[in-house]
Amino acid sequence: MKSVTKPQAPGWKSIPMGGVITEPGNSEKYETGDWRTMRPVWSAKKCINCLLCWVSCPDAAIVAKDGKIVSFDYKHCKGCGICARECPPKVKAITMVNETEFEEQEG
Amino acid sequence: MPTLKEISGRPEILAPGHRMCAGCGAPVVVRQIMKALREDEHVVVGNATGCLEVSTTIYPFTSWRCSWIHNAFENAAATLSGVEAAYRSLKRQGKVKAEFKFIAFGGDGGTYDIGLQSLSGAMERGHKMVYVCYDNGAYMNTGIQRSSATPLGADTTTSPVGKVIPGKTRPRKDLTEIMAAHNIPYVAQVAPSHWNDLVTKVRKALDADGPAFINALAPCPRGWRYDSADTIEMCRLAVETCFWPLYEVVDGKVKVTVKPREKKPVRAFLEAQGRFKHLFEPQNERIIDEIQAIVDAKWANLLARSEQA
Repeated sequence: MKSVTKPQAPGWKSIPMGGVITEPGNSEKYETGDWRTMRPVWSAKKCINCLLCWVSCPDAAIVAKDGKIVSFDYKHCKGCGICARECPPKVKAITMVNETEFEEQEG
Repeated sequence: MPTLKEISGRPEILAPGHRMCAGCGAPVVVRQIMKALREDEHVVVGNATGCLEVSTTIYPFTSWRCSWIHNAFENAAATLSGVEAAYRSLKRQGKVKAEFKFIAFGGDGGTYDIGLQSLSGAMERGHKMVYVCYDNGAYMNTGIQRSSATPLGADTTTSPVGKVIPGKTRPRKDLTEIMAAHNIPYVAQVAPSHWNDLVTKVRKALDADGPAFINALAPCPRGWRYDSADTIEMCRLAVETCFWPLYEVVDGKVKVTVKPREKKPVRAFLEAQGRFKHLFEPQNERIIDEIQAIVDAKWANLLARSEQA
């Protein structure tokens, strides 16, 4: 798996007064995807867009648009597996696959 | 009643990249709660010290896409009630035009124990705010120390199972009832497995004319010792066994909002978790009976009050 580069903390001169963070939601730049050992692999074909995985994801790592699942955000997904567990048993559109399976393809 | 399609279009207030553990229940609770907000509503969030606070705001990052205020362990309710009072004054003076809602988040440590006095005060003063307790049943942030929300018999680092005690020796405090006794307009208990119930209740809390309190179950894979994929399943079991009944108290009237089709024995909830493993040894079986008796009494009491109302 590729190593994730983390942005450098700002120097003290550029820190705003009171140390406030001026950019809301900038944790998005911090990639927690490298915590993952198991990757949820989603099948668009099997998916019925019930959105139960989306509503149960702790990391908002399942991207939905106009009421449909569009993609999985692997930069932030920590691989907890809730989505695969919550996917209705008759649908099974999400399978958890070990990250080592992707090592060769992705380097 | 909202649909998932509808709420999936609403803004995501809690950004990804926070450092809560994989499979943590708290960010699921927060995401679902924030989905109860309408798009034209602004929100100010206050956060008591706890897992949620320290993991979503690690400098120089924040996961909050809204106004957010940090304070200490014991005073989330006091801080936010001050913000709400200032907002009312500014609004009266015409200096603020936009509509704001106020939500405080605290864990069970910051709510059941350390922040109880400030919460009680804020509720009694009648501030128009929603206080949400995400209850994971111990001080998970500092390494699973028991709190007054920890259930009877649970193994924690300060109620360790051994020769002397079989886990926590005291039953948990019923905070939802304590808050209901404040006679505030809205009190409810929710779990993220029942997102529809949760979002509907939070909307009612936001629309209430005065303070509202929401107690949300937030399973902790580390502290409860179960596989991280089972977080929502744990909530479902808690609701189906009536360990965590879903109900609301509106102006003093109790209403059970989710009645399980078949009330499962509390064993089903207990055996799924490592923190209760020792209870299944023969000498500790009586504790399971004790827990079952507590759950049954509470459920019967709720049903009776719900029918009266």
